[in-house]
Amino acid sequence: MRRTPALDPAAALDKLGGYPHHVLTWVDDAGYPVSVAVVATIDRDAGTASFEPPAGLAVPDDREVSLTGSHIRPQPGYGYDERRHVTAWGRIAAPVGDRRTLRAESAWGWDEQELPFFEYSERSVGQSRRYFDALSAERGTPVRPRLSLGWLTLRATRLPFLSATIVPVLLGIAIAAAHGFFDLWSVVLTVIGASFVQLGVNTANDVFDAAQGADDANVTPTKYSGGSRVIQYGLLSLRQMATLATAFYVAAALIGLALLAMRGSTALLGIGVIGIVLSVGYTAPPLKLAYRGLGEIVVAIGFGPLMLLGAYVVQSGGALSWEPFVASIPVALLVALILYVNEIPDRRGDARAGKRTLPVRWSPGAVIRGYDAAVVAAYCAVVAGVIVGLLPVTALLVLVTIPLARRVHDGLRPNYDNPYGLMAIMGANIRLHLVVGLLLLAAYLLVLVAGALAPGVPLFLR
Amino acid sequence: MATLPEPVERLLDAALVGELTVVRDDGRPVTYPLIPLYDGQRIYLTSSALFSRKLDHIRHNPRVALSITDPVSVDGRTDRATIQGDARVIEEDPHGGWERLLPIWEAKEPAIVAFLKQRVALPLFFERALIEITPRRVLHWPDGDAASAPEIVELRAEAA
Repeated sequence: MRRTPALDPAAALDKLGGYPHHVLTWVDDAGYPVSVAVVATIDRDAGTASFEPPAGLAVPDDREVSLTGSHIRPQPGYGYDERRHVTAWGRIAAPVGDRRTLRAESAWGWDEQELPFFEYSERSVGQSRRYFDALSAERGTPVRPRLSLGWLTLRATRLPFLSATIVPVLLGIAIAAAHGFFDLWSVVLTVIGASFVQLGVNTANDVFDAAQGADDANVTPTKYSGGSRVIQYGLLSLRQMATLATAFYVAAALIGLALLAMRGSTALLGIGVIGIVLSVGYTAPPLKLAYRGLGEIVVAIGFGPLMLLGAYVVQSGGALSWEPFVASIPVALLVALILYVNEIPDRRGDARAGKRTLPVRWSPGAVIRGYDAAVVAAYCAVVAGVIVGLLPVTALLVLVTIPLARRVHDGLRPNYDNPYGLMAIMGANIRLHLVVGLLLLAAYLLVLVAGALAPGVPLFLR
Repeated sequence: MATLPEPVERLLDAALVGELTVVRDDGRPVTYPLIPLYDGQRIYLTSSALFSRKLDHIRHNPRVALSITDPVSVDGRTDRATIQGDARVIEEDPHGGWERLLPIWEAKEPAIVAFLKQRVALPLFFERALIEITPRRVLHWPDGDAASAPEIVELRAEAA
């Protein structure tokens, strides 16, 4: 993979023409580089740059010389920005008059306006690997980049995304409580166990994406997309990440078994088995559901009905109800939309790795229409649930988040091809899921409070 | 330790960016804009593991030059200089060894401290080697104009 875009000598000369001065460099007879500031005249058609020879120094014509332009804009109190530089290499032609002429033969450069620093860094990860491999070979012991344990844990597990689990689980528990079911110990175990499942998904996803090349192929990751990248950066090995994923799944399975023993039901067993199959099969062969364009559906099912109904049946002892299922629909749609929007900047890397996500397969217009349709469906599910009396009227609180959904919609098109511009939109989209989930939770807390303080107040239209 | 001419020390102290040129194994000079960090004795630059090819070139050939040519990066000073010297790569601890120069770096780029606090976002950028340059020869253009021959100071004889 090229670290910087290809730059032909003519383009480099064009760029050099934009710099107020140029650094002429050659290697002197003692073997040291010599650099002198000159002002070169660029002739793009001739492919040359000519300049007055510097006084007192002999510019050689028997070896390569270079001409470099370098620019920054100082920002007092901050440092600087607008970094760019370009170098053209060539030989000095036979003198014409007093001037010397460099014929450009090759070039290199970087302009952060053309290649953002974060992408440039990602394109250079291979160089970092080579650096540490060479250092390890030299010392005879592994030398790796490091992060403190806290930061490494946060990064490797993608801990902040746990809201995708906590929200539906707490909502399922709140609905169960509104139905008269509540057991503190099983509540604690449910939250911990479900969290371990998601941490297992997050880490296993990185393992299988790394093994299949999807994360390596992605040069525009953001803090919301492209995986944790701890394997690509050499912070953890594939084996260490696989061990971590296994540990999370084993812990989740043990808690699931404990819950089955405490609150046994065939419904809980079924939900648990389906959940494990979907979470492992999300990126793992042979299912590789995310690679077959089913990732959004799997995430919707896993972080919607399965989490919510699972939490509900733990409390109810196995009794099922339509109410938690209906409440899970908006949560499911909005969590799927987190993945869906986060896949937009990943789509080129995903396509290279054969990961056929919806943004890979659909046009930008179709992706945005898909987003709109799913968001509208999420709100309609809440309104319909209230109308038919399955959800409390307090659930209509979620409608206050419509402006946030609108903000995401408005930001998708202008930032579709700008991963770093899209970061704010991805953040807003994650907040949409979180706020809607918390408002649904608040709706049920109001039901519980009303039930305790004013039992006669009708909060359901039935 | 050889002493740099005082105007060149002032240039080093002021420069937000200088041009480090290293020599590739085929003899080609390769120039990298970097922040020069001068502690009064030696000149230092740092290189992230991400952009560490220059370190390979220095290991192969330690002869380098650092030029300071951009008036914009030296707060409007008009003199220019090129310092030829021998470079050494210091990488005992890429994770934190370079941080001893952080105060000098911060004086030129205050934002670096805030970035470092968020190293989780870009961990490889902060895995860095130091490039230590022992100056051997200084070319100084007091008026910044290459139409005049530079003042040349040889430091080799003074080197410790």
